[in-house]
Amino acid sequence: MIYLDNSATTRPYKEVLTTFMQVNELYYANPASIHIAGVEANTLLVKAREQIAQLLKTEANHVLFTAGGTESNNFAFYGVAKKGNFRGKHIITTEIEHPSILEAAKRLESEGYEIDYLKPDKNGVISLDELQEKLRKETILVSIMHVNNEMGAIQPIAEAATIIHENSRAMFHVDAIQSFGKLPIAFNDEAGPDILSLSGHKIHALKGSGVIAFRKKPMLEPLLVGGGQEFGLRSGTVAVPQAVAFAKAARLAIEALPVQLEKYKKWSANLHAYFAQFGTDVFVLSPKNGAAHILSFSVRGLKGEILINALQKRNIIISTSSACSSKQTKTSHVVEALNVDSQFKNGVLRLSFGAFTTDEEIQAFKEAFTAIMKELKGANER
Amino acid sequence: MKFKEILVRYGELSTKGRNKKDFINRLRDNVRYSFNDIMPLKIRAERDRMFIEIENDEKSKVLMERLPHVFGIQSFSPVASCGKDLDEMKELAIEILEDYRDAGDITFKVEVHRTDKTFPLNTHELQREMGATILPQFSNFTVQVKKPDVALRIEVRDDAIYMMAQVIQGAGGMPVGSNGKSLLMLSGGIDSPVAGYLMMKRGVRLDAIHFFSPPYTSDNALQKVKELANGLTKFGANVRLHVIPFTELQVAVKDNVPDNMSMTSTRRMMMMVADKVREEVGALGIVTGESLGQVASQTLESLTAINDVTSTPILRPLISADKLDIIKIAMEIGTYETSIQPFEDCCTVFTPASPKTKPRLDKVQHFESFTQFDELIERAVKNRETYIFPQKEVKEDKFADLL
Repeated sequence: MIYLDNSATTRPYKEVLTTFMQVNELYYANPASIHIAGVEANTLLVKAREQIAQLLKTEANHVLFTAGGTESNNFAFYGVAKKGNFRGKHIITTEIEHPSILEAAKRLESEGYEIDYLKPDKNGVISLDELQEKLRKETILVSIMHVNNEMGAIQPIAEAATIIHENSRAMFHVDAIQSFGKLPIAFNDEAGPDILSLSGHKIHALKGSGVIAFRKKPMLEPLLVGGGQEFGLRSGTVAVPQAVAFAKAARLAIEALPVQLEKYKKWSANLHAYFAQFGTDVFVLSPKNGAAHILSFSVRGLKGEILINALQKRNIIISTSSACSSKQTKTSHVVEALNVDSQFKNGVLRLSFGAFTTDEEIQAFKEAFTAIMKELKGANER
Repeated sequence: MKFKEILVRYGELSTKGRNKKDFINRLRDNVRYSFNDIMPLKIRAERDRMFIEIENDEKSKVLMERLPHVFGIQSFSPVASCGKDLDEMKELAIEILEDYRDAGDITFKVEVHRTDKTFPLNTHELQREMGATILPQFSNFTVQVKKPDVALRIEVRDDAIYMMAQVIQGAGGMPVGSNGKSLLMLSGGIDSPVAGYLMMKRGVRLDAIHFFSPPYTSDNALQKVKELANGLTKFGANVRLHVIPFTELQVAVKDNVPDNMSMTSTRRMMMMVADKVREEVGALGIVTGESLGQVASQTLESLTAINDVTSTPILRPLISADKLDIIKIAMEIGTYETSIQPFEDCCTVFTPASPKTKPRLDKVQHFESFTQFDELIERAVKNRETYIFPQKEVKEDKFADLL
């Protein structure tokens, strides 16, 4: 099977699975217990936390483990909103965020918060001028995703951070779930975000594990309350094996980043050129200067499902633009926000690469796609 | 801007007459020791100051981070350098002073030291030239020759020009080891590491002693003490920790001395053990974190009863300190977070409901006289375990494959 849906989720690294198994077998004790087994589990957890902090260039007690990207995003939203509402109730985000941000924003809206949504241009990039205009004294949170999950647009995070920090006291949250390990991100200085969301299963770790990291001391209201784990900010027994697996996958991802990035760029350029051959029949949504590991495209007048099925028969897995919304029939909010031409907007498909993707697989995809286009054209003409 | 070296100004030791050489050598050794991990380090010690060469940015970062903790250093300055060219010098001077541009009104002077006498401008000419370039650039500067806020020091040496302005405060005090060695009673609480720190600041090298009473106290408590001992090493010296198996003695006291006096008696036992260890390791004094009146064992009556067991000087640097002040220091030196971890220590487990705050020495002596404690004390001293810090973490390897 050729798996080209790595932005939906990834196959865990073998090493990460080994780690996961070993930690479950040897250090399964509750890290909050005071007995020796608990202490050992806790020591391991501390090590994992330190490793992630080091990779992010922040401090260990600024890294919290969560149950995934959605929780991290929700936590950033509610946590900052509830803690900061004495200063104001204004939040800025964008139209093309992940639903875990947009739905959280909606809920806060119903609770009396005021949300401004930045509009992206046709390349999916927000305007920094608009950001600056919308910032107010009462703005408590700005949330912008680093790389869009549906079409790979990269937002100018460093510039946005500077504007936000110079013009307001708002916290700057960045959903880096699609970008971590795929693109470098500066997180340790003023030109960096204050809060970062990461997800384990996008970087070849396990599903159900995420991280929320802070540049400074975390100041937010807990989402989950109970035993006071994770510095009192996220109750619930910490899943040590998941956390350790995450730390390992994160290290592997960062180590491999330079090499992987070159590969993604090569494939992306190659496919951009390849799709250009089809002229106006294929529309590529992803900008050329976007994240190289995501490539979204659409075939004129063709529903996405048809192409997915045709490729599937040839053992190639790709998806509609986002796995979260792929089962819903309505057009994705990202595609809507980008004003995609009506002939293309119901068939947006996404190729996304990961650590296991190979040159041969890209080649195989191209051959299969060419063959399918021929078949479908033939069918249409008949 | 590239920093070439760090100039270190000595602390109190500048005044120490004939011992000066020993002090300087001690400080140099301590600096070497503190930066063991980034060796080799070129250190040049002169009579009044010391130069540490900066080879690369990485070393520079470590030096700037840790030098403020090394005792015996009053202040230090990173020194930049440039070629012997007037334009280059002006550029560098302005770059260095950039830090003070937004600092409000500042008095300022230029200091020139010209060891290379072949340099075309003489000292005064150079001062004037540099001053005339700098002053118009910084509207908040006014010249003051006596005690200026900022002195730009320019040294014309044979190889290059050296310049500095920034002065970073050091930890002060005296180089650890220059005032002999003492034994610190390290309980795991907030006070004792602070007491240790203050003695180190006065140049005292430390061994630490801890009383461990398994199963009444857990490995966590011991681990905590180890972390504290390790934490003290960042002030420029290694620390040896002696862990005393104390259960037997403590139970013996509990069984033989009335409840309300057992605490005083336990303290006396600790002091006797500590004194024996002190003698073995060649330390001269015993350091405790006692603060007058803080708890029942720290009243003058209690201290009298406890002191009775030895004539060794018992140093109590915190005796007059308020708890809040102690906490403040603990936070500054980074031991507070470790100290407040909630593990039972040997003092809390056996504390009677109402210990005597004014124990009578003769009564304590009387009750103790029925038991042969000497033998138990000998055994506790003999069976102690010793750890040396800083310690490489052993656990690292165990988990390395997993991460």
